[in-house]
Amino acid sequence: MEPISATSQSPGSFSGGFGWAVARDLTLAWRHPDEAVLTVAFFALVASLFPLGIGAEPQLLARIGPGVIWVGALLATFLALPGLFAADYLDGSLEQMTLSPHPALGWAAGKIAAHWVVSGLPLTLLSPLIGLQYGLSPDTLAIQAASLAIGTPVLSLLGGACAALALGARGGGMLLALLALPLFVPVLIFGAGAAEAQATGLSPAPHLSLLAAALIAALVGLPVAIGAAVRIAVD
Amino acid sequence: MTTKHRSGSPDVLQVRDMACRRGPALLFSGLGFEVAGGELLCVRGPNGCGKTTLLRCVTGLTRPDDGTVLWHGEPSTTDPERMRAGTAYAGHLPGLKDDLTADENLDFTLRLRGAVTTPAQRLEALAAVGLEKRRRIPARRLSAGQRRRIGLARLALDPAELWVLDEPLTALDDAGQELFVELLGRHLARGGLALAATHHRLAPTSGVVRELRLA
Repeated sequence: MEPISATSQSPGSFSGGFGWAVARDLTLAWRHPDEAVLTVAFFALVASLFPLGIGAEPQLLARIGPGVIWVGALLATFLALPGLFAADYLDGSLEQMTLSPHPALGWAAGKIAAHWVVSGLPLTLLSPLIGLQYGLSPDTLAIQAASLAIGTPVLSLLGGACAALALGARGGGMLLALLALPLFVPVLIFGAGAAEAQATGLSPAPHLSLLAAALIAALVGLPVAIGAAVRIAVD
Repeated sequence: MTTKHRSGSPDVLQVRDMACRRGPALLFSGLGFEVAGGELLCVRGPNGCGKTTLLRCVTGLTRPDDGTVLWHGEPSTTDPERMRAGTAYAGHLPGLKDDLTADENLDFTLRLRGAVTTPAQRLEALAAVGLEKRRRIPARRLSAGQRRRIGLARLALDPAELWVLDEPLTALDDAGQELFVELLGRHLARGGLALAATHHRLAPTSGVVRELRLA
């Protein structure tokens, strides 16, 4: 066997871990698009079933539209959560990540960002189309998309923290639902409230501001918590 | 290889008074040892005696109940990232992604270690472990031994000073075992050190081999 040329090592950094996790998880999602497709299809189906079940009464549909779309987005975001850390836990990748010179903050944030790109982002982009089924006005559709754009990253962060905490527990999926779904409630209330306020002629700004505040708090606190939870799980 | 490892105190890795219990059972206590550059320390003992736990305690994956790990004379807890940068851990779980090819797996594993490799370097390493023709096949379609060989290619390219190896010969055929011993010999020859839990006799061509027996 011939000697192999030496490699150089750069010191660990936040951006190194973040970029690594985003690149790897997006490559994996691209290689196996079924999970991302399932998320979007589930969202479209749930939101389309309501008009069929309730009947075509324009006023009622316009009234429930924002709430139904938000519940659909929330449940669709939840779909991909159980596998977010569990797959890496089972194949030993989490051990290697914990032992990496990159700080846990970096790769934890990167994994959440990748999760949002394959779940929250397509849902946000699709939401105006779904909203048309409910006869929402263009203004309401825009506010709806804005509230999803700010709110779904919060869902990814909260869900990611719960997924990391549920690692290694028996019946992890069920536990995860019990942990995460109640935490999603405030995001749901302000998210759906924004579009509803716009539809009834009130200002959606307070709702959007509260969502943005929640996003900032989640961005600051949760990646650290995820790193700590993973460290406990691999112990 | 030309990688130069930091020298100074001859004992790069020192473990003092380490104790660990798993549930009610005390696996070991008061355990201490040193490993210097160019040395291989083989951890031996019957199944369930705590070999894997000891390795995990040294890397920092598992928190020991007592004891300290000194890395270049400093407690590993004061600058954990420095020790992690210098340590390559190969445990029971391979850390490979089934949907990625051998080459992509190698690239991502090394980038996580802070080491950027060129495609040519990875090709060289994969060719050396006999995976040249299979480097573009998803890892799920490789055999257990071939997957272990991806791990060997990773060790060959990893700039780490310390190798922590848990049963490194599992699933490797005779040629694969020879390859591993050769890699290990070269690692020790350039001043690296290794800690291995194994039931096999490892006889690398260079370096000092010592044993640690857990009861």
